[in-house]
Amino acid sequence: MVARGCGGVWRRLRQRCAVRPGSGPFPRGERAVACNARGGMMSAGKSGLTPWIPVVGLEIHAQISSNSKLFSGSQVQFAAPPNSLVSFFDASLPGTLPVLNRRCVEAAVMTGLALNCHINKKSLFDRKHYFYADLPAGYQITQQRVPIAVNGSLSYSLCIDNKMSQMVTKTVRIKQIQLEQDSGKSLHDDARSQTLVDLNRAGVGLMELVMEPDMCCGEEAAAAVRELQLILQTLGSSQAVMAEGQLRVDANVSVHHPGEPYGVRTEVKNINSIRFLAKAVDYEIQRQIEELGNGGTISNETRAFDSKLGCTVPMRDKEGKQDYRFMPEPNLPPLILYDAKSLPANMNHQQVINIDWIRERLPDLPSVKREKLVEQYGILPEHSFTLLNEDGLPEFFENVVKQTQMKPKKVIGWILNDLLSYLKQHSLTVKESPVSSFLLADLLNLLEKKEISSTAAKQVMAIKAGNQKVLNKLIGLVQKKTQGRSNPVLVKQLLEKKLSE
Amino acid sequence: MGARLLGHALRSQVSAALKEGRVTPTELCQRCLALIKSTKFLNAYITVTEETALKQAEESEKRRKRGQPLGILDGIPIAVKDNFNTAGIETTCASNMLKGYISPYNATVVQKLLDQGAVLLGKTNLDEFAMGSGSTDGVFGPVRNPWSYSKQYKEKSVPKSHSEDEEYNWVITGGSSGGSAAAVSSFTCFAALGSDTGGSTRNPAAHCGVVGLKPTYGLISRHGLIPLVNSMDVPGILTRCVDDAAVLLGSLAGHDPKDSTTIQDDFKPFELPDLPDVSKLSIGIPKEYHAPGLSSEILSLWSKAADLFKNAGAKVVEVSLPHTRYSIVCYHVLCTAEVASNMARFDGLEYGHRSDVKDSTESMYAATRREGFNDVVRGRILSGNYFLLKQNYEKYFVKAQKVRRLIANDFGKVFGSGVDILLTPTTLSDAVPYTEFIQEDNRTRSAQDDILTQAANMAGLPAINVPTALSERGLPVGLQFIGRSFQEKQLLTVAKWFEKQVQFPVIQLEEAERHDNGVFQHQKSASFS
Repeated sequence: MVARGCGGVWRRLRQRCAVRPGSGPFPRGERAVACNARGGMMSAGKSGLTPWIPVVGLEIHAQISSNSKLFSGSQVQFAAPPNSLVSFFDASLPGTLPVLNRRCVEAAVMTGLALNCHINKKSLFDRKHYFYADLPAGYQITQQRVPIAVNGSLSYSLCIDNKMSQMVTKTVRIKQIQLEQDSGKSLHDDARSQTLVDLNRAGVGLMELVMEPDMCCGEEAAAAVRELQLILQTLGSSQAVMAEGQLRVDANVSVHHPGEPYGVRTEVKNINSIRFLAKAVDYEIQRQIEELGNGGTISNETRAFDSKLGCTVPMRDKEGKQDYRFMPEPNLPPLILYDAKSLPANMNHQQVINIDWIRERLPDLPSVKREKLVEQYGILPEHSFTLLNEDGLPEFFENVVKQTQMKPKKVIGWILNDLLSYLKQHSLTVKESPVSSFLLADLLNLLEKKEISSTAAKQVMAIKAGNQKVLNKLIGLVQKKTQGRSNPVLVKQLLEKKLSE
Repeated sequence: MGARLLGHALRSQVSAALKEGRVTPTELCQRCLALIKSTKFLNAYITVTEETALKQAEESEKRRKRGQPLGILDGIPIAVKDNFNTAGIETTCASNMLKGYISPYNATVVQKLLDQGAVLLGKTNLDEFAMGSGSTDGVFGPVRNPWSYSKQYKEKSVPKSHSEDEEYNWVITGGSSGGSAAAVSSFTCFAALGSDTGGSTRNPAAHCGVVGLKPTYGLISRHGLIPLVNSMDVPGILTRCVDDAAVLLGSLAGHDPKDSTTIQDDFKPFELPDLPDVSKLSIGIPKEYHAPGLSSEILSLWSKAADLFKNAGAKVVEVSLPHTRYSIVCYHVLCTAEVASNMARFDGLEYGHRSDVKDSTESMYAATRREGFNDVVRGRILSGNYFLLKQNYEKYFVKAQKVRRLIANDFGKVFGSGVDILLTPTTLSDAVPYTEFIQEDNRTRSAQDDILTQAANMAGLPAINVPTALSERGLPVGLQFIGRSFQEKQLLTVAKWFEKQVQFPVIQLEEAERHDNGVFQHQKSASFS
């Protein structure tokens, strides 16, 4: 099922700023307010209240993964010493000029293609003016008039009523992808009343993705962003780590009654995880409904999400209502891209970007990978989602499958229920797993040959994962099996030796 | 020793003298430095880099002694307008905003000159941020036209009364590259870099009696040139003769990876034929350049010049560039808009002047910019921001861009009809006395003075001022040739032919004569005018 926008209707009111206990990681996280993912419009209903339709659009800034900045040769690196990655251009020294980084253009084209966009063969750069300490030139170079990619779409899936078995696929339209410069960072030292500026980030390449308001709740927004994140990471066009600011999401939220025009929207900023995105959007929807329900109005404002309080608060608007005085960037000629048809003969390959060449080299996107996993191993679609959600887990799964006689359908249970939950518990990534795919395969083979029991296998895994307490249980099992005839000290030594192999 | 060199062309006489060892780079440099000192009253230089210049000359001398000069420019003293970045040397743009600013890098054109062994004597004066047409509006004061002190001017411009001394009679250089034009004109250097956005190289070249070349947009790198209007700025070349302009062009032109608007290809330097032939050419005379305010003197020179071409067998045709009349107002919008944008970076944070006002970041910005910029710059920023406002953008900026396209199309049509080169006046009149010039404000002046030069910038075309004759007052008057895009060779060939015909007289400047060890041989100036 593919639905565009869910047209969900919200009626349940929620306590403001309620801190919900035990919200797990997406997509299993508890939602403060569930949205009607079935996409059905609910009537005014029994409560007698006119229903509200929430509308959510997203503006996403993805930092391009590249060695150097968008228009200068400075290195791009997270957490380098302040102002250690600043070229003359980044500091806007007079007379310096921008030189477009080819890698950034390729990343944007790749991303555009992966999101089914039309790639503009001619796009333009513009200057957007505002005064801010971390914007040394007094303007940002962006693509306001003709961006590099337009009219795309992103399909994402989410489960209905938190049941993994009921997945629904939705689509959000991508309005455009534009290339632009990142700004520096200002650090305000209120005690000494001074502002410190770090220009390391100034000029790093960003892709701004504008998602149309096709979503209706936090969960949808979160699912869409999670899918985008996976796509960007698969492409390598962005590392897309939200905690490191490589993926920044602003949400535009409004509510309206059915049959009426969209309401006044607010923009929610300062969202630094996918979980908070869902929370921030849901909170904001609820806030607007309450506000309007109490006879109030919504003003077109920017709000910040306070993750500690779990609510959105009006932002001290640093710029107020700004006129950005857009102007074409005169130092950059139009960005011309080619395809196989338009590629001029005798053109130096280093000088041109061929869209078709990039298209042919796109890696399998997460959706395709999932389909392949389902098809090849007969696992459930929802399991393919869980696999893809963890970096390196699909490969881990496939490695185990290759080395064991156990059926993939059974292997997946071991991977998701035992290994993954263990990793989550200890906040480990797949790469950091103390249990290698080789060991797990060995264990599952023993289990498959009925040489050990499922309980024993689980305990071996637990020890291998660093749980020494389980070793005693295992010694107990050996004692039981040998009817107390074995030397516990020797058994312990032998087991330790075996397990450290 | 003893050879008269300073007034001569670099390509022919000076390079030969250096080559043959008749003069050493150090001697040449010392002579120029001495002349700079004795002509200090011209105010042509903002910074004189005596020490580094002598070091560079010494290096050049070593290379020359080893018989390994870096090329024709090795050891040639040059000057650079103070809006090009020079590493380790102050770059001020004649503004309080950048007073004391020392750039960490060289503009590409400066680097190219240094790489070819040129000796940098200093940074020349200009209107603040190159905004002006008189070289009168810089924080270091106005530049004086060397011709004000020439024998020719003194003889012809009889003062109304003897009490009126030179202080009142000195004339402006034109601008904004007036310092560079004055430097070349007074023999303190052999070539200078200017910049040309609406005529800023050609206008002072005309008033100072030197060759001023504005190459095709994109032929020479702008990297390191502090911008006025990025889409029109071109580094300009000021020399004593057309051949020298070709030498400089050859050493500067070509692709620069640091400037994305430069041509992709390398540039092949060319030499101009000794006996240029213009008989097969079609010279266009655009009727719109018969502009209001054009002096009768210049009008008659212009028509004599056309006759010269006719007599040489060239086809001379009247052509029309109908949108020229909109050029000024169109330029005003585009120029101020880009100025507003380009000047946004001067906020006192990273470099340049910073005000002591500390109430808030915003108040610091405001005070910094109020203290750092003169009225002309602030006025242009204000109007530019007005034109870029969302509600005005279509009405002004977009419309001006369309008009710009029409102006460029005008040229396209004329060149498409078989015309090779356009011949026009460069200025409406000869240079006016400073006291008269400042009666009008900068905006009015710029609008009047750029009228004949600006359209070439709108269309990105190459154009050159060739000194033609002396006016009745004994001041230089020049004519302008405008060529097809990237057809500099043809443009300079025609210019060279014309230069030969008119035999523009050499300036008779007492200071220059004293410092050049001898009396100047007076070239004949009778053949024309």
